[in-house]
Amino acid sequence: MVAPSSSSGTPAWVPRKRRGTELVLTSMAVGIAIFAYVAVGLGARGTVPAGVFKLAAAVIVVAIATTIVVRRLAPYADPVLLPLVIALNGIGLAMIYRIDQDCPGFCLGGDYQPLANAQLMWTALGLVAFTVVLFVVNDHRMLQRFTYSAGLAAIVLLVLPLLPGIGQNIRGARIWINLGPFSFQPGEAAKICLAVFFAGYLVRHKDALALAGRRVLGVDLPRGRDLGPILAGWLISVGILVFQRDLGSSLLFFGLFVVMLYIATERPGWLVVGAVLFVSGSYFGYLAFGHVRARFDAWLDPFGNPDANGQLISSLYGLAHGGVLGRGLGQGSPELTPFSFSDFIVGALGEELGLTGLMAILLIYGLIVERGLRIALTCRDAFGKLLAAGLAVSFALQVFVVVGGVTRLIPLTGLTTPFLAQGGSSIVMNWAIMGLLLRISDQTRRPAPEISTVQSDEETQIVKLPAGGTA
Amino acid sequence: MNRPIRSLAVGCLVLFLALLVNVNYVQFVKADDLNDDTGNKRVINEQFSRNRGPILVAGRPVAESKKSSDQYKYQRVYPDKGLYAHVTGYFSYVFGRGALENSENQILSGSDNRLFVNRVVDLLSNKQPTGGSVELTLDPLAQKTAADGLAALGKDTKGAVAAINPQTGEILAMVNQPTYDPNQLASHDFTAVQKAWDKLTNDDDQPMLNRTTQQILPPGSTFKLVTAAAALENGVVDNASDKVKGGRSLSFPGVQYKLVNENGSSCGGDPITFGRALEVSCNVSFGSLAGKIGQDALDEQASKFGFGTDPLAGLPMNPSRFTTSDTQLENTQLAQSGIGQFEVAATPLQMAMVAGAIANEGEVMRPYVIKTVRSPNVRVLEKGEPQAFGRAMSRSNAAILRDMMVKVVERGTATSARINGVDVGGKTGTAQSTPDRPPYAWFVAFAPAKNPKVAVAVVVESSDTARDEIAGGRLAGPIARSVMEAVLGR
Repeated sequence: MVAPSSSSGTPAWVPRKRRGTELVLTSMAVGIAIFAYVAVGLGARGTVPAGVFKLAAAVIVVAIATTIVVRRLAPYADPVLLPLVIALNGIGLAMIYRIDQDCPGFCLGGDYQPLANAQLMWTALGLVAFTVVLFVVNDHRMLQRFTYSAGLAAIVLLVLPLLPGIGQNIRGARIWINLGPFSFQPGEAAKICLAVFFAGYLVRHKDALALAGRRVLGVDLPRGRDLGPILAGWLISVGILVFQRDLGSSLLFFGLFVVMLYIATERPGWLVVGAVLFVSGSYFGYLAFGHVRARFDAWLDPFGNPDANGQLISSLYGLAHGGVLGRGLGQGSPELTPFSFSDFIVGALGEELGLTGLMAILLIYGLIVERGLRIALTCRDAFGKLLAAGLAVSFALQVFVVVGGVTRLIPLTGLTTPFLAQGGSSIVMNWAIMGLLLRISDQTRRPAPEISTVQSDEETQIVKLPAGGTA
Repeated sequence: MNRPIRSLAVGCLVLFLALLVNVNYVQFVKADDLNDDTGNKRVINEQFSRNRGPILVAGRPVAESKKSSDQYKYQRVYPDKGLYAHVTGYFSYVFGRGALENSENQILSGSDNRLFVNRVVDLLSNKQPTGGSVELTLDPLAQKTAADGLAALGKDTKGAVAAINPQTGEILAMVNQPTYDPNQLASHDFTAVQKAWDKLTNDDDQPMLNRTTQQILPPGSTFKLVTAAAALENGVVDNASDKVKGGRSLSFPGVQYKLVNENGSSCGGDPITFGRALEVSCNVSFGSLAGKIGQDALDEQASKFGFGTDPLAGLPMNPSRFTTSDTQLENTQLAQSGIGQFEVAATPLQMAMVAGAIANEGEVMRPYVIKTVRSPNVRVLEKGEPQAFGRAMSRSNAAILRDMMVKVVERGTATSARINGVDVGGKTGTAQSTPDRPPYAWFVAFAPAKNPKVAVAVVVESSDTARDEIAGGRLAGPIARSVMEAVLGR
């Protein structure tokens, strides 16, 4: 679509596609990934990894293909988001490849199998998911039609791991399902479904939620029937997660819920209610669940019980050993930290890339959130605003919870590190989220379709059909 | 709906700022602390693969890293085995570090901030950092002589020798028996290391204990030097020829207990001169002097010599004590304290400081063991400088006491320390502990009396020699003499 040439005097805002910028940034991101891969080989083995050219060619082809997908399917989409995500994903892949160098025969009690190839495959699937989202959802507002279906889907996805047969209990949390050779964490997909459900529901009911109701203790409480379904949905998801013993996700869903409610109603009181509920919930969790108590105690004084908190301590040692400039890729000892390839990958990155590298990674995360919120701000429709803001804030929360946990800012909870950690469902679903954000962004930055600006008598004689959302 | 989104954006900013501040805290502010944790495997792995700097005595390494062919690039070697063990300490993969290997770790491992330029060069040339070196003040001959002297008493004898230069505070010898071989702990054969460690830590004789600085024992009659100093400083006596109480026993009003002399002697009369009292180590005289000086003044004098402090940098040291905290001494206890019994307890290094201060015109020098610290390219980063700890006595009083100590060697209880042609000052000590253990034999000495070069303290804790034969002069005296001879080059 070509920018409209307005012949009249009104200097219309001409949105720029900025696909060239995206290409330049993407090639930088691809460069980071390839150099990181080479650096791992040089650091750990002293040689450039064999097959680096094949891999580089593959990565470049995939990156070009992805930019072409965006060019064709979402030409006005935000040009920064995709390169940021490619850079993160590339760094994550290089780090997992790096851990593959030292972990086999040592990690997981010697059961460790190299993970980089699987992760590469999941990344490819993630890009497929990204493309599919952009292709199928050609207008994000169509998702509003699936509000309740999304809610139902979220519940089903969350219940699945509890079902005998396909549900799987790994490391104390029942959040995996078995699909043939793969195990999948449906919680990641449930997060997207919940965001869609909350957005759709709140758009429809926000006025009722905000205006009708009574004021209790300075907080405007809505009527029960407006609140009922959403509270029920939330209770079910949180309940399931407590049964699944995955409090990280529980915290994340709750945060998503409160934040979207706040955006929709513009009432900060909801944040207060949320905070109170969260604190009392945490306290209840502390009293009721041994593993929550253990996590909390580990946070307050990890060195008091070095045997039980070896993982966190090792991560902190790794970070400290990395120092300001880091050990260099391939030259630290991330294999000493259990699960440094997944939950503790930030510790591994901090050790080898140093404070400098870790801050750069945090800034990339911050920029992704910033782009997401910018999309929400500029979006013209309420549903898109809510969805984009919900996805962006939940992304920020997830990064905060997992990075804060590993660096001992807050107690440790099990959440995946988006785009970096090993794990298929996380990477595929996060790519899908990026697809959604780019779709909303494309819709937002796209020039408004020209409608009924009467410019001359001649044009008034043409019967114009009202233009739809897509041009 | 934009207003909440904007405030949420600020909220997200706060979250990310918190993360950024926190990683700066962990990786920059707290990093050194975390890296110094002895359980930190990363740092240990790395340091085991580094060319760690040597610890030198008179230019020769007593701890050095040699290239190794196993998974770690270097093996820490202690060529003199147990001789310097309590000073160098050990460098173990499994059990961390001890003594100077621990306290000078930053410089030895090359991660000291003063090696910053070296580190940047290493970083740019992609080399592992190499460590700086630490040169000690120890005199190898004195060290060897002291060790041989203790060994000659039999290997079941526990003992310690500390020698210092009274004018500078340099530690010249620091020897313990039993000792241990740090090579056993530095080995890369971790099962053998574990075995050696278990054996050492379960040994009742505590071979890893640095007795010269860590074990406080009743100093017995050597503490009479402190009592004598306090008597002079407080004007209880003014001269060696002043009369003090002598005789067979000292009685106290209202109690049965009598303080008596070793072997029931009478100290040659009553009264006797102050000088004579020291020569024959008269318990009655010093018990009576302690009563006249009083607890507070005696305690203060002990503190001026260094009791109650830890003046030594780099090595673990337990403060010596006059009493345990807040004890109010009865008359009898005060008299016993005056002759180095009851709760008085001192390390050999502390007693060497007492003797040294008397020889050094009353000035106590702070003891130190590190002569120079150098970067890998032998630039001097730090030099151990003589530092006054404080003045324990006036010059004139110190001269009086010094001459009295010389007399003790010439014709008193300490004749075993005589060196031909050199004025030696000394004092014996034999401290009772429990009846079922032999007493501790002490000997402190300095030489030459004018312009002193060495002050030494020897303690022999137990011995194969029969109980009644133990006297500081006979067991510990010859060791002190040979150490002084070694330092003086005789």
